[in-house]
Amino acid sequence: MQKAKVFAATATLALTAAAVVTSALAQGSQPIIGLITKTDTNPFFVKMKEGAQKEATRLGAKLMTGAGKSDGDNAGQVTAIENMVAAGAKTILITPSDSKAIVPAIAKARAAGVMVIALDSPTEPASAVDALFATNNYNAGLLIGQWAKKTMGSKKAVIATLDLFPGQPVGIARHNGFLEGFGVAGVTSKSMSQVNTSVACAQDSFGDQAKGQTAMENCLQKNPDINLVYTINEPAAAGAYQALKAAGKEKDVLIVSVDGGCAGVRNVEAGVIGATSQQYPLKMASMGVAAGVNYAKTGKKVSGYTDTGVNLITNKPAAGVKSQTGKYGLANCWGQ
Amino acid sequence: MTQPTTAPPAKSGFQMPSLSTLGPLIALLLACIFFATQSDRFLTGNTLSLVLKQISYVAVLAIGQTLIILTAGIDLSCGVIMALGSMVMTKLAVEQGVPAVLAILLGLALTTVIGGLNGVLITRLRLPPFIATLGMYGIVFATTQIYSNAQTINNLPPALNFLGNTFNVLGVPFTFGAVLMVLLFALAWFFLGSTATGRHVYALGNNPEAVRLSGIFTDRLLIGVYATAGLFYGIAALILVGRVGAGDPNAGQTENLESITAAVLGGTSLFGGRGNVLGTLLGAIIVGVFRVGLTLAGVNSVYQVLITGILIILAVATDQFSRRKS
Repeated sequence: MQKAKVFAATATLALTAAAVVTSALAQGSQPIIGLITKTDTNPFFVKMKEGAQKEATRLGAKLMTGAGKSDGDNAGQVTAIENMVAAGAKTILITPSDSKAIVPAIAKARAAGVMVIALDSPTEPASAVDALFATNNYNAGLLIGQWAKKTMGSKKAVIATLDLFPGQPVGIARHNGFLEGFGVAGVTSKSMSQVNTSVACAQDSFGDQAKGQTAMENCLQKNPDINLVYTINEPAAAGAYQALKAAGKEKDVLIVSVDGGCAGVRNVEAGVIGATSQQYPLKMASMGVAAGVNYAKTGKKVSGYTDTGVNLITNKPAAGVKSQTGKYGLANCWGQ
Repeated sequence: MTQPTTAPPAKSGFQMPSLSTLGPLIALLLACIFFATQSDRFLTGNTLSLVLKQISYVAVLAIGQTLIILTAGIDLSCGVIMALGSMVMTKLAVEQGVPAVLAILLGLALTTVIGGLNGVLITRLRLPPFIATLGMYGIVFATTQIYSNAQTINNLPPALNFLGNTFNVLGVPFTFGAVLMVLLFALAWFFLGSTATGRHVYALGNNPEAVRLSGIFTDRLLIGVYATAGLFYGIAALILVGRVGAGDPNAGQTENLESITAAVLGGTSLFGGRGNVLGTLLGAIIVGVFRVGLTLAGVNSVYQVLITGILIILAVATDQFSRRKS
């Protein structure tokens, strides 16, 4: 009767879990604030949760968290929204994995009286949420583009871009911002799709080190003269560096990136990455929680876009491009 | 329950249906011809070395996957077992000060045990392999995140990076990981084709009852197959670590399906008992060739996903067709 035993054990476990959840939800009248990230695993979001938790504890709010299973998992985020609305959350902070597909679920939550704030990435349309607290990704790209232009000087640039994945607005904004910053004609922040003029090789890296490495290897095979590499984030940059090192080209190729994670800033200090644009997830989260608590107390919603700021981090400043040192970057970085 | 006991000798099922071996070869050839017309950099030693390097860890996962599919099973947890193995190896060596070789051995032991655990769930609790390994996927993935606190491990000792090192053959760099991959395929090919136990693995996928009646402990054999697969996942972990130069807790989430893709493209039947581990190598190479080839041709990488999808369907359709004919 092994089966019966297993069944009994499973049933007991399930009941205990249900009891724990119910008692947790029944606790007090603290305002409940939900935070839904793209994944549970990316250090960027781990840091974001830490920031939210700290602010929630300080303000006496209760923080619920949820996430998709992987980057791009819209269904997981929809489920998290539904659960949080059911649990009585008054405010939901969300970093949308899929900027369009999440909109109907957000609309339902807002119809139920929930204030929804997008963190880090916008929704399409932007008006689908009450407010957006995020890095201006186009400016983040612009900064590294301008820095790269000055640093390359008169040398002719052969550019590879290791992008996010097709159609993702954050990826498009950073990529196009970089190109405009580098002085490629005809690119503006209004360009809705990825511009590939002046790019020798554009590949998707999914922001992942192993895939970034593969992409860089293939780009080098396509064009060995590549001497400037734009990467969507620092894991992709680390992968690109591995590939360049294997090809013996790490000294001759300039890598620029966006994010400002601690591992990434250490790579700036080590000279692996020339410059990176640093963003501030902790700030996004704590501002979101504060707005949520304020809404619960006063009924006043926030609206519009709030830029949470971006700084260029490099130890080789270029004339005319404002930047901070690696030391500053390390003091303000996220992750480990 | 029991059939009349004229136990047929376990049929090896080793004869290859010609169509499902030739199919992938033809696809690979056509792809190569096409890519060669698109870029003069395609037909070079460097491209070959790139493909081998890039597929090496998924292909080694796919050896384990093939063994399991031959028994009419499936393993959805192979990628995350690899990721856990790589985190254990790197974290022990870098943060706990364990000698690198010992850390590697402990990692291999762990993946072997987890693989074996899949086998135990399937044989003792009678869980379908799909369910047992799906559950294991969740358990192992979460364990990896908890164990690593979702943090990457850098600054590895040389022994952990070894398989990422290269040597030159006629000016073309090959990684030791790629060489190890080829050796492992040769070993698995010999094991499956030329040893009694290897034949039993095929037989298990064709007719487990007949295998049991011929006096073989089928449960023990099956647990052994899953544990061996786990060992391959551990070796794949070491190749991955060498390739990336870091322990990455988020690795392995798509590699489960990629390993199945390699096996299926190579003509291994998902119904068990038919296939060949060399076909799996071919399947992995096809995927790798498309990835490099499309980049050289300047094509967006989503097309690689599209084409792989089409190839999978063609491969399985070919298998079904040849099965119906025979």
